[in-house]
Amino acid sequence: MRIGVLLAVLLFAPLSIAQNLYQQLGEKEGIETVVEEMLYRVGGDDRIAHHFTDVDIMRVHKLISEQICDVSGGPCDYSGDDMKTSHRNMGVTNADFNALVEHLIAAMEKHDIPVAAQNQLLGLLAPMHGDIVEN
Amino acid sequence: MKMNIRDSLVYGSRFILAGVLLFSSATFADQGTRLLATGGASTLEGAGGGGIVPWATLSSYAGKGQFGATVNLSEVAVDDFRLSVQGASVSWNNRIELSYAEQTFDLSTIGGELSQSILGAKVRLAGDLIYGDLPQVSVGAQHKKNNDYALPSAVGSQDDSSVDWYVSAAKAWLDGPFHRTWVANLTLRSSKANQLGLLGFGGDKENSRDWLAEASVAAFLNRYWAVGIEYRQKPDNLNFAEEQDWKDLFVAYFPNKHVSVVGAYTDLGSIAGLDDQTGWYLSVQAAF
Repeated sequence: MRIGVLLAVLLFAPLSIAQNLYQQLGEKEGIETVVEEMLYRVGGDDRIAHHFTDVDIMRVHKLISEQICDVSGGPCDYSGDDMKTSHRNMGVTNADFNALVEHLIAAMEKHDIPVAAQNQLLGLLAPMHGDIVEN
Repeated sequence: MKMNIRDSLVYGSRFILAGVLLFSSATFADQGTRLLATGGASTLEGAGGGGIVPWATLSSYAGKGQFGATVNLSEVAVDDFRLSVQGASVSWNNRIELSYAEQTFDLSTIGGELSQSILGAKVRLAGDLIYGDLPQVSVGAQHKKNNDYALPSAVGSQDDSSVDWYVSAAKAWLDGPFHRTWVANLTLRSSKANQLGLLGFGGDKENSRDWLAEASVAAFLNRYWAVGIEYRQKPDNLNFAEEQDWKDLFVAYFPNKHVSVVGAYTDLGSIAGLDDQTGWYLSVQAAF
């Protein structure tokens, strides 16, 4: 009986304390930290750093953080252009996109974002591939 | 030494592979541009995929304009048999994969040994494993040739070589059930191969091609570890012994883009009249 209760508690505990994605990402502060880490890694990556040389990196940081806050259910409204417009003529390749995904994953792992939350965010961002990558 | 076109191809591909491996550090990009684990593992027949099912994915991490290569070793140990595989593959542009595998089948209980070589080619036709709504679809061929044909011939096999054709579709869901990343692959194969071809091709019971369904489903627990199942339909061409479908339950580990390890519990059914062949499968792949 006691074991049964313990099992039930263990099984359902994750549900009872379930947080939405925005909370799992550490809300505004957590998201900004992850995006900062990601952009820091991008800056050191010769494969894709050239896409960020002539841009206001603080603005990029603000917009990406705002966008992640928005899509993850947080109290933000993304104020930038849509993905197609903002990446027009940048010549982003599939390889570039994957490189950014790898840096985002590395940043989330460094800041101990749970796998389930990582996957939810990646699942929300991956459909933007078609609008960002030019082939 | 007699050498036909196919032998030349085999030796040629060996030479190319050796060259590729020797000069890989010089001629290959530092790192493939595809995401971790999207190259899959190496199958028993040399093609990229799961363990027993070739997938629509191409082995290595070679993306657009890149070359990639893998070498792999696999061992399957079931009650009365042991299968050893040495394989290698080259991929280009996430479009074409060429593979080669040598299989040695040790008839531990019966005594003796069988072996065959498999030359494979796979072409991605459309789609992407991860991005977009459509699955990644590829077609492939595997030319198989027995090196020891006395036993297959004695038990009713009709030919010592044949080509398997297949079409595969694979899809990954980044945020699948339980918020885990899932991958599924379905392969349809046209084949006359008895026990992968180790017991020859076609038989005294049936000597026509069969369409066979093969499927794999895997769930990634995190970026590096996946668990999954595979199922592979088999033909039943020989009178002397029934051939049964294969299945396995696997754990795969992708620590980085250069190494992967797959361990599995396999159920190979009845082989050459010996029933309930279950046991272990271990496969190691190095990718460049």
